[in-house]
Amino acid sequence: MADVASTSHPMAAGEPAATNYLKAERGFKSWIFTLDHKRIGVMYLWSVLLMFLLGGIFAMLVRLELLTPGKTIMEADTYNRMFTLHGAVMIFLFIIPAIPASLGNFVLPLMLGAKDVAFPRLNLASYWIYVIGAVFGVVAMVTGGVDTGWTFYTPYSTTSSTSVTTMTFAAFVLGFSSIFTGVNFIATIHRLRAPGMTWFKTPLFVWGIYATAIIQVLATPILGITLVLLMMERVFSVGIFDPRLGGDPVLFQHFFWFYSHPAVYIMILPGMAIISEIIPTFSRKNIFGYRAIAYSSVAIAFISFLVWGHHMFVSGQSELASAVFSFLTFLVAIPSGVKVFNWLATMYKGSIDLKAPMLYAIMFLMLFAIGGLTGLFLGALATDIHLHDTYFVVAHFHFVMVGGTVIAFIGGLHYWWPKMFGRMYSEKWARIAAVLIFIGFNVTFLPQFVLGTRGMPRRYYNYLDQFQPLHAFSTVGSWILGLGLFIVLGYLLASLRKRYDAPPNPWGGTTLEWTTSSPPIAHNFEHVPVVTREPYDHSPAPAPAPAGD
Amino acid sequence: MSDSAISTTEHAPEHPPGLQHHFAEMEQQADSAKIGMWAFLVTEVLLFGGLFVGYGIMHARFTEAFASAHHHLDRVMGTLNTVILLTSSWTMVMAVSSARAGKQKNLVRYLTVTLLLAGAFLVVKYLEYSHKFHEGLLPGRFYTYAGPHLPEEFLFFSFYFMMTGLHGLHVLAGMIVISWLLRRAIRGDFSPSYYNPVDMGGLYWHLVDIIWIYLFPLIYLIS
Amino acid sequence: MAAHSYAEEKKINTAVLGSLLALTALTVAAAGIHFESPAVNTIVALAIASMKASLVALFFMHLRYEKPINAIIFLTGIAMLAVFLGLTLLDVDYRATPRPANLKPPPGGFTAGVEPAKPGGTAPPAAGEAAQPAEQAPPAR
Repeated sequence: MADVASTSHPMAAGEPAATNYLKAERGFKSWIFTLDHKRIGVMYLWSVLLMFLLGGIFAMLVRLELLTPGKTIMEADTYNRMFTLHGAVMIFLFIIPAIPASLGNFVLPLMLGAKDVAFPRLNLASYWIYVIGAVFGVVAMVTGGVDTGWTFYTPYSTTSSTSVTTMTFAAFVLGFSSIFTGVNFIATIHRLRAPGMTWFKTPLFVWGIYATAIIQVLATPILGITLVLLMMERVFSVGIFDPRLGGDPVLFQHFFWFYSHPAVYIMILPGMAIISEIIPTFSRKNIFGYRAIAYSSVAIAFISFLVWGHHMFVSGQSELASAVFSFLTFLVAIPSGVKVFNWLATMYKGSIDLKAPMLYAIMFLMLFAIGGLTGLFLGALATDIHLHDTYFVVAHFHFVMVGGTVIAFIGGLHYWWPKMFGRMYSEKWARIAAVLIFIGFNVTFLPQFVLGTRGMPRRYYNYLDQFQPLHAFSTVGSWILGLGLFIVLGYLLASLRKRYDAPPNPWGGTTLEWTTSSPPIAHNFEHVPVVTREPYDHSPAPAPAPAGD
Repeated sequence: MSDSAISTTEHAPEHPPGLQHHFAEMEQQADSAKIGMWAFLVTEVLLFGGLFVGYGIMHARFTEAFASAHHHLDRVMGTLNTVILLTSSWTMVMAVSSARAGKQKNLVRYLTVTLLLAGAFLVVKYLEYSHKFHEGLLPGRFYTYAGPHLPEEFLFFSFYFMMTGLHGLHVLAGMIVISWLLRRAIRGDFSPSYYNPVDMGGLYWHLVDIIWIYLFPLIYLIS
Repeated sequence: MAAHSYAEEKKINTAVLGSLLALTALTVAAAGIHFESPAVNTIVALAIASMKASLVALFFMHLRYEKPINAIIFLTGIAMLAVFLGLTLLDVDYRATPRPANLKPPPGGFTAGVEPAKPGGTAPPAAGEAAQPAEQAPPAR
């Protein structure tokens, strides 16, 4: 394969089949009670993929309904439930745990040269709490659904007769799962780095996950208390958010967005973290501006707490607050821009290898750039008044969340799939699917920018005839996107039927996870690795096998 | 579990009791636990902090109603509970010191007293609650107080019950943790080289105390 | 970790408990004093509570002796809480009633709903006066 002279650790390439983590123990119980971070990561992976499928089905139904004005396939009430469930499932059950809890869980200790995360039992608890939360979510879906939108805005959410209480309880439970993951990763990154791995020798994925964990720990509790207050409001009419009782419904939005805006960065930071891994590997070059990217992750984490009010420009919040929030919002563009330019500089004069993960990384750069720039339109006070609650917003956050996070997630999945399961997938099909996904995504969401600027409001069931062609474009795009995603699922699953054929380092990566076998042994490394080099140093190794003990 | 089995085979000769297989040494394990625990405590601070912010804003909006409503609370009971909880913090920190010094008997004794004080706190709380229930000073739509009152006084009791109730749940959780520590202490699990669980349980218990330190003046002593 | 012996630790911890109980007595006593503004009472109460919390964190929770990272984590959490409170107050304390300045009140004044009930009002507020900030009393800090 391609790893000529690029890997610094030629050892650990022995025949792993007998002792790898997938085969170390057998039976159902060995999975559900496992403390191995790799197995927990794999369980998380299948769970979030299942939720992605569920949320995707809701999305396809929503798009199908919007194909024509008026009723296409469902009544307005059903439509309200569909878009709410699409949002709630995608946000709370898929995208927030998607990268940190599945790929992060698997890769993070490997990258650090550790045997496991700091608290393996807490890790397992996090997974099962996630499952419990998902069960409550499904219960809410089958007992009437939810029609408030995933944001649960008061006062409607305190009076809606749908299963809001169950769904908020599900989100509350899921918050614990997220907090436990964050606490675990913070402790792991602080104390379980391999000998010699200083902070600035950790891969950038670690920095991204660390910044994510900070947000998970600092923001999620506020979501917890918000949802408790909402449940209390519904059950006891405590009055804090109910204007009839003297409460303040806008206060709910402050509480909600204090979590949910940073949560957007819980979603995008791990995506950026993956891109920081893929680009140097497939450019065969050291990363440009390592420290700038590392610091910008942490900067994004902290600035993300200062900007939540930009969701509330038309809510009746004070003009002073709106102006301050608008200003602070623009600050986020700085570290985001720092990252993008450093990635571009890394690719410049690199030896670029357009394998599937790199295709997704380039896709990320394009789509995230559009998503990020349109975010500035919405952060500007004056334009937001016009664009607020239109399809422009829908298109913007789908460019960031799908074009950014989901594309990065799929890229990361392709990047680490050989490491996780020991098999290579079909590169040919991977490229076909990548092209379909790129086309499908743009056909779906680019027309929504136009719809939004022309005044199509979001979440509406019916619309004027003049919007129909663009809606039709968007719906057809969703079919192409769906087809591309199904092809991905198909060839990934097909690869699992093969024998182990992945070498330890199929891409010529330089970080520690590529120094162990594919799939890794149960304790990750034969010997504790000792780190002496920078994480993305592609120059030939100075001495053979520094991985002694 | 399986990991302890593996670790004993791997480091059988010099493996200290209580060291998990994925750590290299006790100090690393203890440091990790502390970092994790403090991060968890931060989530608790923010959880209660959200309630405090809500309370503060509503208090500022309905100052007179809140001031009038808080006269229904019993300051003597509140002060008593403060003293109980502060003392229990002291017994808890002494339990940690005893464990570190290897004073097995003291450890068991201090943990027992801490548990009893926590129980006493909840008994006082129960007396206060039943008195409020009796008068109809209940949260939200269940507020049925018949005496003269301002219309927003029910909001105060909404917060009173949510804040003290959530805190009470934490005291209850703390009692479960302390009971578990006590059982392990009696069994002789802890030594000067391994008392990490006592240390962590102590941190949690002190945080419960800190939250009450703020709850007490804000709810019982406002003007 | 603390380099103190058990006896020394006991002495320090007991002194801390004594200070905590004294501060509790002080805060109860201070609540009985009526300062010019009730805000002063709140500030005094919160200042004493913060002193008590610091004592617990520094001595009982060993932050004084631990590696600084633990204190940094804890202080970051408190800083975030301050951010949450501060930026929320930026809205709540400065909210203007969104009425055009030249709007004349209808006979009998505006109906309830826009303004929150005035403190002390026993009925729905019959607010006829001009728009004013929602905040009537100094914010609790």
